[in-house]
Amino acid sequence: MNKFIFSDCTSVDAALSQMTGEAVVKAGGVDVLDRMKNGVIEPAKLVNITNIPSLRGIHETETGVRLGALVTLAELGDHPLLQSQYTVLADAAGHAATPQIRNAATLGGNLMQKVHCWYYRSADFACLRKGHDMCFAYDGLNQYHAIFDTNVCPSVAPSSTAVALSALNASVELTSAKGKRLVPVREFYIKPDDKHPTMETVIAPDELLTAVLIPKPAAGTRSAYQKYGEKSSYDWAIADAGVVLEMQGDVCRKAAIVLGAASPTPRLAVDAAALLVGKPITEETARAAGLAAMQGATPLSMNGYKVQLFPVAIYRTILLAAGKMDRDPSAAG
Amino acid sequence: MATHLDTALDPLVQAAAAAAPAKPEKHTVMMPIGVPGYTLRTEAREVPVSEPPVLAVNSELEFIGKPTERWDAHYKVSGQAKYTADIQLPGMLYGRFLNASVPHAKVLSVDVSAAEKYPGVKSVLVIERVLGNAELRDPKLETPSRYPIVRYAGQPIAAVAATSAHIADEAVKLIMVTYEEMPFVTDQLSARKTDSPQVYPGAADQAGSAGGGGGPHGVPQTGNVHGPSINKKGGDIEQGFKDADVIVEGRYVTQVQTHSALETHGVVADWKPGMLTVWASTQGTGSVREEFAQYFKLPKTQVRVITEYMGGGFGAKFGAGNPGVVAAQLSQKAGAPVRLMLDRKEEHLSVGNRPDADQIIRIGAKKDGTLTAIQLESFGTAGCGTGAGCAGPATNMYKYAALHTAENDVFTNGGPAAAFRAPGHPQGAFALEQAIDELAIKLAIEPLDLRDRIDENSVRRVERQVVRESALWKSRNPVAGADSGPVKRGVGMAQSVWYRFISMNSSAEVLVHRDGSLEVRSAVQDLGTGIKTVLAQILAEEYGVPPAKIAVRIGDTNYPVGPDSGGSVTTASLTPAVRDAAWQAKKKFLAEIAPAYGTTADDLQIVKGEVRSKSGKMQPVSFQRAAGKMKVDSVSAQARRIPDYDRSKYETYGGVSVVEVNVDTETGRILIPRVLAVHDCGRPMNPTQVISQINGGTIQGISYTLYEQRHLDPNTGLMVNPNLEQYKIAGSRDIPELQVHLVESYIGQSSTDASGIGEAAGIVAVGAAIGNAFFNATGYRMRRMPMVPSEVLAALGKVPQGGLKA
Repeated sequence: MNKFIFSDCTSVDAALSQMTGEAVVKAGGVDVLDRMKNGVIEPAKLVNITNIPSLRGIHETETGVRLGALVTLAELGDHPLLQSQYTVLADAAGHAATPQIRNAATLGGNLMQKVHCWYYRSADFACLRKGHDMCFAYDGLNQYHAIFDTNVCPSVAPSSTAVALSALNASVELTSAKGKRLVPVREFYIKPDDKHPTMETVIAPDELLTAVLIPKPAAGTRSAYQKYGEKSSYDWAIADAGVVLEMQGDVCRKAAIVLGAASPTPRLAVDAAALLVGKPITEETARAAGLAAMQGATPLSMNGYKVQLFPVAIYRTILLAAGKMDRDPSAAG
Repeated sequence: MATHLDTALDPLVQAAAAAAPAKPEKHTVMMPIGVPGYTLRTEAREVPVSEPPVLAVNSELEFIGKPTERWDAHYKVSGQAKYTADIQLPGMLYGRFLNASVPHAKVLSVDVSAAEKYPGVKSVLVIERVLGNAELRDPKLETPSRYPIVRYAGQPIAAVAATSAHIADEAVKLIMVTYEEMPFVTDQLSARKTDSPQVYPGAADQAGSAGGGGGPHGVPQTGNVHGPSINKKGGDIEQGFKDADVIVEGRYVTQVQTHSALETHGVVADWKPGMLTVWASTQGTGSVREEFAQYFKLPKTQVRVITEYMGGGFGAKFGAGNPGVVAAQLSQKAGAPVRLMLDRKEEHLSVGNRPDADQIIRIGAKKDGTLTAIQLESFGTAGCGTGAGCAGPATNMYKYAALHTAENDVFTNGGPAAAFRAPGHPQGAFALEQAIDELAIKLAIEPLDLRDRIDENSVRRVERQVVRESALWKSRNPVAGADSGPVKRGVGMAQSVWYRFISMNSSAEVLVHRDGSLEVRSAVQDLGTGIKTVLAQILAEEYGVPPAKIAVRIGDTNYPVGPDSGGSVTTASLTPAVRDAAWQAKKKFLAEIAPAYGTTADDLQIVKGEVRSKSGKMQPVSFQRAAGKMKVDSVSAQARRIPDYDRSKYETYGGVSVVEVNVDTETGRILIPRVLAVHDCGRPMNPTQVISQINGGTIQGISYTLYEQRHLDPNTGLMVNPNLEQYKIAGSRDIPELQVHLVESYIGQSSTDASGIGEAAGIVAVGAAIGNAFFNATGYRMRRMPMVPSEVLAALGKVPQGGLKA
């Protein structure tokens, strides 16, 4: 790890004033320190925001819920209100990584973590997404990579809370010296493009992610998140799904289905969700939605199996959200 | 009986034969033999008259064979235990390697000038000889160079020692290496092709270590294929297949596993004039001293090795190795002690692994199950080393009319393999035990019954009976794939085999002090398996003092030489020497105090912690009070291992693993709710620790079978998962309910009659047991590891094969 200045801030204003040049913001430090230890980034300065009290707390508001950027994944997973009304988020946070990591990792940090790809996350590979010429995954080992939006960089979205928040249609609050703006999570992440391959989110260098706002769910809303890995403990998703259903009696009135490990950004499966609307949730409708979500998939040389796996993750999570199936023992975390 | 002794471990056995001392006077004693409750009896053994009395079976003893708390548990959990990485010496420097960034190259130049000038750097070294790689039989095939040829990415090239770890990290980055890159190959199938890049320009062999590893020498080599090493036993193999009523054949593919001990390789080397002191994370203090003395041409009196605590070793931690040699050189150059611990990436890349395997096994049998032929052809890569043979189980598990095995090592540009817990056996058993399961189904014979007919081992017969009577086995539906629904339950079993190796380099000293305290000393190291506790139990049994009160001093070559811990030798080798020393010290002690009580040593005995007179010349007195009568501060005795009492009575060690699986046929996940492991290890000295090893071996086996895999990028030759995040190891939720049934098995071979357990424990059989359970669940055969969802879905015919590229 390189030498760096450690700038410990106790207010948002102080942190914003420190975010100059090559500074990198550090909250729980899980993702940032991992990349520093691997030599992938060598920031001259770390702006530590973990001691800013105003960024903490889970607050119920008239319009929904406001989550401070420093709320930990453990706090999200354990919170009774989130468990009952925003289940998809409590599921996603409560089943991420390990208990130790969930105690340290923050919501803001989880949303800001960099994409997942073992070439991208190694200093040994000067890859496109790090601002170099080539992608190593296309002709290399790509069994864990994306099956959608694979044309520039087939990395996968790493954040399970982003999947949940996208399904809940939440927004992130971005604060700079100029003021605050709200960006829907569904518009926060940038698909890799040839012109700016290193860009991953719309956040500007002078902006700090300070909070997440989730709208109050409509009556009859039920939701769930499940991820599937190769292990049950501490594994990244090879397939996952966040599902939010608005139910009226037995009939689904509105649905959102979001996939994480399918694409470089959380993927809203619009056509799949549409199949559920106006129908009761049954294994048959859930399976049909799962299959529909795979339309247009472009798997790579070693990850065709994910096209088989996602529909299973999706149908089982739809049934879990609808209360028609228990949490899947095959799911991880 | 046919006991094939793994080639790699042969030296131990030869040493045992060579070291047999002149014939001592012997007498006949009756010893317990067999399994209590099943086959227990007594048999005569001729033993030296100097041996202590025959030790009773465990149920009649007070300390040996009783579940005993780990002697140093408190030190470990409270952080008082000092491991190599905790050693802090005055003026100590921090060492760091610079490793090759390419998989195959000539090194043209190494410029260390910038690193040398970096503030805080005290010594810089360019490595001129790399240990661990295979070496050309004819070195003239390569142009001599100051720098070793790079055979794998991660091979050490240079090193620095600096005043802080951070400075050392920064300084190695300043070392400039120019390479002339050469074509490379990282996967075994490509390396076998005739047009593949060659790892060596000619035939090459790898030296083994005290823990085994290293393949056969002098076998033919074609391109990268080092072999075949052929073994034939019994009659003609073709005739064997002609005689068969049924033949099963299958191809089994397993992956490279890295050792991933929690504590990485590392040393602290302190080179002073007249004495090189080394703290090492090692499985053999003796092997480390040996290699340091040889490499630096020092007398052994000038090398001292200390390993008080160790954070795990599975076969790859013997000798000085590259870290040891380099740390010593840096220390010598800088005139200060140097600590050099590898990081996790280096640990994955450069200090050993379990080779992969690609095996075709063919078995012929009569209708009654009698095996007429076993044929095995195997290929495996040990990277730029050798030692990928896996014919042990096929050769040694069952009775057959004819056997033909052909093992091949395939050189690739990967780090050299090292011995790894039962070298070759998990791979070999994965194929053999699934083939036997397939045979049982074809013959319509129950799998336990078939093995009763073809397995002559008397202890495994008992173990199968234990399995037969278990609730888990009784819950097995013999009809494969019977469950409806996407999740299917299955139960399967498989057997393990390992061998009795003894290291004659096993000795100890026992001291009785005048204050009644007791001490045992040996250079042996404790890998974490718990030998310290066992040594304390032995003294406790002889003197009637609780094990926690015994001072156990080990892990220092200043003490009497101890065995290197490889091949499951430690307990079997060392404990008889310790008991003999304890017995002899006791006799000396009784002789020392007898005059004070007006009697002779022969009249005295120690019973339940008291010194008693057989003739009633004195009232019983506590051991501690009696010790006060000593005229010297301490008496001591040293003893060495004597040969086993009767080697003609050897059987292999083994065990039977039973696994329950739930196979999710839609997600490809295999969940394991329960495992029953029925194992023997001679006399269990401390059942708590034996069970702990079987738990560990089973977990390691599950982890290997389901998750672990070293991934080398085919286009760059670099490892893409050199961590413990994407190199996937079983975590807490992946551990099943483990039930261990220990089978006490007396074999009448030494004064403790202890045997080994480390390698037979779980890891050999559990992969095949999972495979057999998978078949029982689904009706499909899983012939590949790791059994990740993509492979499971492929085995079920739901997606194309995506693993090893054909």
